[in-house]
This record gives sequence, C-alpha cells and structure tokens, in this order.
Amino acid sequence: MAHSHDHDDHEGHEHGSELSEMQLRVRALETVLAEKGYFDPAAIDALVQAYETKVGPHVGAKVVAKAWSDPAFKKALLDDASKAVLGFGVVNRVGDHLIAVENTPQQHNMIVCTLCSCYPWEMLGLPPVWYKSAPYRARAVKDPRGVLTDFGVTLPAATSIRVWDSTAETRFIVLPMRPPGTEGWSEDKLAALVTRDSMIGTGLAKQANEAA
Amino acid sequence: MDGIHDMGGMDGFGKVEPEPNEPVFHAKWEGRCLALNRAMGFTGIWTIDETRAGIEELPPDVYLTSSYYRKWAVRLENLVIERGLAGADEVKAGHALRPGKTLKRKLNAADVPNTLSRGSYARPALAPARFKIGDRVRTKNIHPATHTRLPRYARGRTGVVEALRGCHVYPDTVAVGQGENPQWLYTVLFDGRELWGDDTDPSLKISIEAFEPYLEPA
Repeated sequence: MAHSHDHDDHEGHEHGSELSEMQLRVRALETVLAEKGYFDPAAIDALVQAYETKVGPHVGAKVVAKAWSDPAFKKALLDDASKAVLGFGVVNRVGDHLIAVENTPQQHNMIVCTLCSCYPWEMLGLPPVWYKSAPYRARAVKDPRGVLTDFGVTLPAATSIRVWDSTAETRFIVLPMRPPGTEGWSEDKLAALVTRDSMIGTGLAKQANEAA
Repeated sequence: MDGIHDMGGMDGFGKVEPEPNEPVFHAKWEGRCLALNRAMGFTGIWTIDETRAGIEELPPDVYLTSSYYRKWAVRLENLVIERGLAGADEVKAGHALRPGKTLKRKLNAADVPNTLSRGSYARPALAPARFKIGDRVRTKNIHPATHTRLPRYARGRTGVVEALRGCHVYPDTVAVGQGENPQWLYTVLFDGRELWGDDTDPSLKISIEAFEPYLEPA
C-alpha cells in the first residue's frame, strides 16, 4: 500500500486525538470482521487502492470531452447517460440511473444531496468533503448563487439556476459549457479543461488559456 | 425521520470551504473504513437504505461533530452488533472471540473491480404510473419517524412532473424491513419561490426525485 504505518502515526500527531482513536477503532473493527471471515482481507486493500487510483473525475472528464467533440455522443449522453457512458473508465457498468444535464447560457445546473452524500462515484470518484458538508447541503437548494460565490464563480444575472437534489438512486452529472477558443482541440486536450467542480456545477470548465 | 441529516435550506452553517488539491482520503483509516463498509454491504446483510437510516439515527450532536468517515465507522459498529455479526465485546477487544455467521456473499479481492459500479434499483412496475410529464403535483405533508427520502423543505409544496425515472425500490419500506415495495420515481420541479418565498431569486428552480407515494394531484 502507498501509506506506511509510520505515515499513519505521523498523521496522528498532526491532527490530534480523534485520528488516533479512529485508527485504533477502525483497525479493531477490520480485524474482528476479517477474523469472522466476512470478506477476503485482500479485498479491503484492493478497494482502497481502487478508490485512490482508478476511480476519479478523470473518468467524467473524458465523457464531457467526448460530448464536446461528438454531437451524436452528446445527444446519446443527454438521452440516456447510463447507456452512453458504457465503456468509459474502469467500470464495466454504472447501474442504470445516470442522468447528464447540460449547462447553457440560459441555464446553469448544480447537483446536491441534501439528505446524505449521493454522488456519481463512477464518473467522479468519491465526493470531496465540502460536498458532504452541512454548509453545502443546507445552502445549495436555497441560495445556489451564494454557494457559487464561495467557489469564486459569478454567473450572468440572465442565467437561471437549476438545482438537482439527489434524493433517490438517480445520479447526476453536469455537462459544462465548452470554453471558447478550443475549436479543433483533441479530446485529451479538452478533458484537461474539465474540472470535478464543473461536473457538479460549482465551477466552470477551465478557459483555453488555463490548459495545463 | 425529521432528523439533523435533512439539511436542505437550514441557515447558520456558514460558507462552503473547498479544499484545494484535496486528497481522496485524509487519513489511512478513512480508506479502510470506506472499504469495510463496501465489503460488508457486498454480503447482502443490509440494504443501502438501512445503512442510510443508520447514519440518520445517530444523535444530532454526534452527527454534527463527527467527520464523514467517523459517522460511517460508528454506523458500521452499530450495525454489526445489532445484526449479531460480532459482539460488542469482540469489537471492544479487537478480535473475534466466536466464529462468524454464514452470509450470502463474500467479497474476494478479484471481485473488487466488478463492485465499483452500482447495482440497479429499478424493478418491474406493479401498476401503471399515476402521473405523467407536465402534471401538477403536491408533495404530501408527511413526517414519518423512520427513513424517508422526501426532504422537509419540499413537503406540502406544488411542483410539476418533469420526468419519469422508472419504478424503483422504495426506501421508506425497505429501510424498515418491509420489503422493496417498488414505486414509480419522478423528477418533480419546483419554482424557488414555492419553496423559499417571494424574496427568492426568481430564476431559481429546484427538483427532487420523488417516489409516487410522496405525491398527490394538485
């Protein structure tokens, strides 16, 4: 694994007692459940590694870049995202409840889960702390322009805002607007402009001159 | 339940604070905790809605002061003890003192790539959908003491059916062991002013994913 036990201890010193308590508590639980034979202990390592290295917003970014480049794919994505994204990334299927929503000059979309932390894991990986936090869950449905300000984003007054509360097993991904000045770019180059936040709707895609 | 988890529209939590270059996990135990929850979920011993209820039932002070993965760890401890998968004495000791139960499925490392995608919650419809796109609907004013996915801010409000999402496992019954009881799922769109009053940004629209039993014709 990438992290050694030394690193573990170092974290404990840096962040105070809760972490040490949690290290011990989770380790105890893992040991008991593994000794009971409820899972292959190696599966835990494999899961951690998958979430650290394989699943992440790079998957969603590829989907967005293809939608920007290929009008037929874009239409398929907006019609039935679950079907359209088959074959992307590391997952062989995404369940059947993925919905892609398109940002336009007229409407900006934002995704939230006010009740817990529902998030399109297969497309974006695990949600960031802020997405699961009380400030975001409380305000996104009531004052999304204010939330955007927290992210340094100001939309034109003429752009309306649509918030999608993920209250069931349907999952949403925002198709951000393609930045100007990117005509003829390859999908790989375009994907580098697609940030995680732009696919949640708390950000916009990077501008052409911000390309890495 | 009208719990602390139902946060939509609450004031006083302050600004959203994005963390630049946020790591996937902030400590090694967070990754272990996530993986343990996934591995135990794979056994089929409980449903996703039962695990959500397990978080919602944490005392409000614990909910608000615990990090996300701390809540997951406490919930998992509670669930394994409640379901008799391990004793409180074993969890405390950090070692199994008795043999485990036999469960439906066991996650092996080789299966992990296939578990990264979600299962389907769609089920065959038991009845035709009651509503169609464009119908005006009112959410019911319900306050069940158990798990529900109708948020407080959207109860007793009038909106429009924007989309039908098929027939899905019904969280309100599956969470309390009363079966999947599949129900039609709709995207219901509300004007911001219907939810938050006339002072609200007139361009704001909010949708929820609403199960049919949450809705009545308006």
